[in-house]
Amino acid sequence: MEQGSVLEMRHIYKTFPGVKALQNVDFTLKKGEIHALMGENGAGKSTLIKVLTGVEEFETGEIHVDGTEGAVINRSPQEAQNRGISTVYQEINLCPNLTVAENLFIGREPRKAGLIDWKEMNRRASELLKGLDIHADVTKTIDNYSIAIQQMIAIARAVDMSAKVLILDEPTSSLDDGEVEKLFSLMRRLKKEGVGIIFVTHFLEQVYEVCDRITVLRNGQLVGQFTTAELPRVQLVAKMMGKDFDDLAAIKTEEGQIGKEAEDIVIKAVGLGKKGYVKPFDLVIRKGEVVGFTGLLGSGRSETVRLLYGAERSDEGELFVKGQKHSARNPLSSMNCGMAYLPEDRKNEGIIADLSVRENLILALQAKRGVFRLLSRKQQEEFTDKYIEMLQIKTASRETPIKSLSGGNQQKVIIGRWLLTNPDFLILDEPTRGIDVGTKTEIQKLVVELASQGMAVVFISSEIEEMLRTCDRMVVMRDSAKVGELSGEEMNQASIMSTIAGGQ
Amino acid sequence: MKQRKKMNQNTFLLLITIVLFFLMYGIGCALFKDAGFAKTQNFLNLFVSNAGLIVIASGMTVVMITGGIDISVGSFVALACMMLAWMMERKGIDAVPAVLIVLATGIAFGFVQGFLVAYMDIQPFIVTLAGMFFGRGMTAIISKDMISITNETFMAWAKAKIYLPFGGYVNKKGVLIQPYIYPTVVIALLLVLAVFIMLKYTKFGRSLYATGGNEQSAMMLGLNVRKVKLKAYVLNGFLCGVGGILFCLNTLGGFVEQAKGFEMDAIASSVIGGTLLTGGVGNVFGTLFGVLIKATIEAFITFQGTLSSWWTRITIAALLCFFIVLQSILAMIKKGGKQD
Repeated sequence: MEQGSVLEMRHIYKTFPGVKALQNVDFTLKKGEIHALMGENGAGKSTLIKVLTGVEEFETGEIHVDGTEGAVINRSPQEAQNRGISTVYQEINLCPNLTVAENLFIGREPRKAGLIDWKEMNRRASELLKGLDIHADVTKTIDNYSIAIQQMIAIARAVDMSAKVLILDEPTSSLDDGEVEKLFSLMRRLKKEGVGIIFVTHFLEQVYEVCDRITVLRNGQLVGQFTTAELPRVQLVAKMMGKDFDDLAAIKTEEGQIGKEAEDIVIKAVGLGKKGYVKPFDLVIRKGEVVGFTGLLGSGRSETVRLLYGAERSDEGELFVKGQKHSARNPLSSMNCGMAYLPEDRKNEGIIADLSVRENLILALQAKRGVFRLLSRKQQEEFTDKYIEMLQIKTASRETPIKSLSGGNQQKVIIGRWLLTNPDFLILDEPTRGIDVGTKTEIQKLVVELASQGMAVVFISSEIEEMLRTCDRMVVMRDSAKVGELSGEEMNQASIMSTIAGGQ
Repeated sequence: MKQRKKMNQNTFLLLITIVLFFLMYGIGCALFKDAGFAKTQNFLNLFVSNAGLIVIASGMTVVMITGGIDISVGSFVALACMMLAWMMERKGIDAVPAVLIVLATGIAFGFVQGFLVAYMDIQPFIVTLAGMFFGRGMTAIISKDMISITNETFMAWAKAKIYLPFGGYVNKKGVLIQPYIYPTVVIALLLVLAVFIMLKYTKFGRSLYATGGNEQSAMMLGLNVRKVKLKAYVLNGFLCGVGGILFCLNTLGGFVEQAKGFEMDAIASSVIGGTLLTGGVGNVFGTLFGVLIKATIEAFITFQGTLSSWWTRITIAALLCFFIVLQSILAMIKKGGKQD
């Protein structure tokens, strides 16, 4: 091992059925550094962490840990912990019904005459928290405390179990600014004490605030290891997205051909936001316009549209729909105002797998009408046939269970479901993810066509090219906040990337 | 940071149960003063007639703390009684080996159910539903007739009165009547104490709470959740064995229809005592008082004389509703009042 390293992973390979999750990945962590692990969805970050902590096995490669001779293989998180590698996950793994002290000491409680010595345990717990400047009453159950405090208590436990390597997996995603600051000062303190910290996050600002070095992964491969100070943000974004910055700058997009009827404002948000979810933003969407939301994963794209639709309740600001204030905010009332929302997670939030194409298709319309105004079977069949034809849904019949359709065709059924409600405002969150190229193009065409008929559309996609092809305007998100709007000439990959990267 | 001094909600629930018990008992004393409700012996009879249930409900509490449930206990009690009666009366086996065999059966029963729940990931309700049918079925296979126990050793245990040095009174004939209990009560109370200490002061006890609180987290905190669950069911099986023997010492016979609905009494006692069905919360002293509350209602009805005994169930139903609603309300208050 190199001098000063606490962890070295060399030439790690890992395959899942059909996916090369990790290919020849190297990773080094020094003593007393905070090291960011970055990459878009599917880049292999979590697989690397899982391989390291023994949750998953790896095929070839070597892991060296400071203080242990030769290569080690961790077979379980327990084994990893015994070698000084502790993980604090995004979802907190503490028992809500136990006290703070118990959560810190469970499994290794101080004992007197064979029985747990509660006094001693509470004393040691208080000392430990005091030493790390965490304020909590150790005799209270942990569910009395906010996520931030819980997270710090989880870190305290990891540190107390003599962690040499501390892995923080997206610890800040549900914290507000003040809480993040507290977490960072704890991280800096641990760094001073010589702990090596692996920090997995999507937030660029945070990486530049606390991290010494950055390792970027993409599609299971190592892009590189960089010193934070020497890597401009734009470059980092480009490395994550897999495009060389210079290449992108050369590409120009054609002007969109969709007409804008500028007068009709469909959606107007003023200072709309929710604490710890999306920072307040202003937004105007007009009739016949396709607005794209872009940003890295976890930047708040989906959260923003969920707020607009009322799937998540805002706690500040106002929303106007077609000039009228929209206050009773839940999905049904939004539907009645002419909104429609196609969620990101098709499997869980969109389709009902065992129901037929027809039943899935009429769902939203029936919900909008209420139970007492049933659609007749004949009407249902007419609608279904019409949309199967219009959207070119490839299905054996209208009574085929939707689960036997391909992903792209399922998506079309869901789009059809919302079109059936005759919306003025359609939100499509990642409608093209995981479907074949042909269907993708069809859906893009459909979006443009709907807008030309006067519908206002929000379109979210991870693929910037696709967005450039379909959108008239792009809203750029970063770290749960709206950071810019681009349209016309300035709407190109280079400027989008530099807006996403922010700062420099 | 704002610090709010407030009682732990679980302590609060336990306190309500205890207060409720004494309140009900007090009302009984006031209403049926002449009939002798207030006599020490009547109070002790609450324990005497429910020694078996106390032990079984303690086992139920242990299982419920892990987030599980065991609806086979009623059937198992019937099986235990039938085994004892059959072995001693039909096979001439001595009382001591018979009792040991029943205990071993209890542990084995718990082990199989625990294995299926913990290592096969089957719903505890389904596993113990099967256990329930199995237990009752096996009871009938052993004998469809009622078998009364006449074994001398066993009868001696059942009849051994332990007189208490206090609370006596002189009856109309001028004879001093000393209040007494049976060994069953001593065993039951000692086991409650043992379970209490186990739950509060041992690593295993705390692991039970951790598992019930959040299984995933308990695993990540380094606990062997499967083993903890298996052990919980084995312990419960052992307590069911003891409970069955204590029950048998009271009824002195084996019969297929015995202890029907006993599992529900055990669950109800645990819930009234503050155990949450969702797991992670429970106190075996609360369970003891849960049993005593049920016993008090029964005493009420006996003393009243004209009411149908089904009123016990109706009152228990009302109490269950009360406690469940109370638990929900407390949970909601807690959720609303998080602090930084």
